[in-house]
Amino acid sequence: MAILDQGPLNYKEQLPPIIHENYGKWRYHENPKPGVLKHVSESGAELYSVRVGSPRLVSLDFIREICNLADEYCDGYLRFTARHNVEFLVSDAAKVEPLIAALGERGLPVGGTGASISNIVHTQGWVHCHTPATDASGVVKAVMDDLYEYFVSSKLPAQLKISLACCLNMCGAAHCSDIAIVGVHRTPPRIDHEKIRKGTEIPSLVASCPTGAIRPNPKEKSVVVNDAKCMYCGNCYTMSPGMEIIDPDNDGIAILVGGKVANARTNPMFSRMVIPFLPNNPPRWPEVTDAVRNIVETYAANAHKGEKMGEWIERIGWERFFTLTGIEFNEKLIDDFIFSRETFRTSAAFKY
Amino acid sequence: MAEKRTPQLDELEKGQWPSFVTEIKKAAVKNEASKELLHLLERSYEEKRGHWKHGGIVGVKGYGGGVIGRYSDLPEEYPNLAAFHTVRVNSPSGWFYNTQSLRTICDIWEKRGSGLMNFHGATGDAILLGTTTDQLQPIFDELSEEGFDLGGSGSDLRSPSCCVGPGRCEHACYDTLEACYNITNEYQDELHRPMWPYKFKFKFSGCANDCTASIARSDCAIIGTWRDSLIIDQEAVKVYVAEGLNIQDVVCDRCPTNALKFNAETQELSVIAEECTRCMHCINRMPKAITPGKERGATILIGGKSTIVQSAFMGWVIVPFMKMEGDFEEFKDLMGRIWEWWDENGKTRERIGETIYRLGMTNFLTAIGLPAVPQMVYRPRANPYVFWPEDEIKK
Repeated sequence: MAILDQGPLNYKEQLPPIIHENYGKWRYHENPKPGVLKHVSESGAELYSVRVGSPRLVSLDFIREICNLADEYCDGYLRFTARHNVEFLVSDAAKVEPLIAALGERGLPVGGTGASISNIVHTQGWVHCHTPATDASGVVKAVMDDLYEYFVSSKLPAQLKISLACCLNMCGAAHCSDIAIVGVHRTPPRIDHEKIRKGTEIPSLVASCPTGAIRPNPKEKSVVVNDAKCMYCGNCYTMSPGMEIIDPDNDGIAILVGGKVANARTNPMFSRMVIPFLPNNPPRWPEVTDAVRNIVETYAANAHKGEKMGEWIERIGWERFFTLTGIEFNEKLIDDFIFSRETFRTSAAFKY
Repeated sequence: MAEKRTPQLDELEKGQWPSFVTEIKKAAVKNEASKELLHLLERSYEEKRGHWKHGGIVGVKGYGGGVIGRYSDLPEEYPNLAAFHTVRVNSPSGWFYNTQSLRTICDIWEKRGSGLMNFHGATGDAILLGTTTDQLQPIFDELSEEGFDLGGSGSDLRSPSCCVGPGRCEHACYDTLEACYNITNEYQDELHRPMWPYKFKFKFSGCANDCTASIARSDCAIIGTWRDSLIIDQEAVKVYVAEGLNIQDVVCDRCPTNALKFNAETQELSVIAEECTRCMHCINRMPKAITPGKERGATILIGGKSTIVQSAFMGWVIVPFMKMEGDFEEFKDLMGRIWEWWDENGKTRERIGETIYRLGMTNFLTAIGLPAVPQMVYRPRANPYVFWPEDEIKK
């Protein structure tokens, strides 16, 4: 019989000795090379963290392999980052390069620090979710292969965070990332009255629609959808199996840019849509990797040093962003939801 | 099952980024369900659609959350994926592990699951990806025997997570690891037994760099800050100058409030403390010379959420400064009042940010007994549509 409510493992038992000894006493850090951080404490103790890219979806063998490495080089301790990288915590400076060599032999990339493109925060996709409009792991693999050089170097104007969500539930960080890849539908749900009658709480289903496109249908003991008001968010399908919305021919990916969460210099920003639709084209999603690379390279060539994607765009103006990237602006990018007015240009100041 | 080819997924074993396909193939060697997952995923790549049935309600005795039920919509063809549930394991603060703990999870999961995992889910849990219904209770029994517990799912407190904090960061303004651990333990009931209008997430970040993205990804963000002046080490400033850092350009000119002054002659950097908004830019650029102030605590923000239903919200300030110390009583006392109000007033599947938006900040603040302060808004309202309580009006 299980012990209930004991909570997570106590973190204190999971910390290496050097962290116990210098807890809360760190003085400063350096980034001696891509993927390596050096933290120095008030006592002079030095901790090296070697950051390694992970596919996030991993096997037992992967975890056991990194455990073996942590045993050999890090006294049996490691951690994971908020972006799903692995960090080896090395207290012996002499072990840093041998560890990096061992990681290289196993094809594990060291990087993701400083002005780099770190790991892509992503979701379940076709591997395990029932509401996706695209896959997660496959798109992430394709994009990271294409942008690999930016993970293992630190040559961008500033850190660039990419996130992916396989539907607009936007699990993860797509709404607040420098570049966001989001799965979208383009067709209304297909109503299965029988399934709705059997397994749906109709008032909750009606309330789930952001645009009020769903009305009760008392005659059928089901609902009707006003297709003209539906923007295919899929939240009704989340509420009811009778609102099937997945459509292989019309599902795909939207690209948003310019979000950030840190408060440095400028306030946190939402990502904004710049490409409303790209097709699902597995296994390599070339339209998506091309679009992302174009945005990354245009940003890298034009932003000031230290300037985040959103800061760069806000400085030069969104109209200039579309000119520089060559991305087509169209009416689908103009907000028409409830908070839209504040996104309109209520000023005569703009660039041609 | 007969050997099937997976040409599309094989393509994703190429390239320099570590391949999830390679990982699934490693698991497939030992586990039939993982093998079928590979083939089902190949089929999804061919058909450009997922093959998981809607929903699924499974769990373990005593809890209402922690397991995500999942069933394939092609059970005849993929019998080992007929049920393929996810178990969320609450991870230790800051995702620190000793290898013994990780190996323990692996051993249990090898015996009773697919061998596939996510390290970690976006909320922070270790995700055990794919097992059958009959294995859920034994998995939980064995995990709990080894000191692990499940994380949250459904309309409950989800597993809190935190940045690396004082474990390895000189910017940490409070003990994020301890706050996350203590508060997760305090609210075990709320985490394991869904009883609210909808989900509720905590994220603890030690400073305004917000390395857990708490402002965007949690209903309640606890972001470390300080109340006095940042501390400048003038000797270290001179070292940065000697190393060639253009302090005026890179640091002062980027200060959002123009609060930093650099005297090029004396090579001294000064700050107008009352003008500083503690954005972290100067500290990030000169970590050896500038540190957060001594009077440290956190800013509490509420309402962060993603798109559905009414658009994404970033959290907004409700407490400009709170000490995060001891047993975190002040914080817990506040959360008790907030949850009571939300539980009473929130509609089904309404995140707290949306409830406050619908009923108004004024009602929310009055109900939970927080005074209105200018730090809560970017700017005051522009419209004159003000509600006045009757008791403030002459009768």
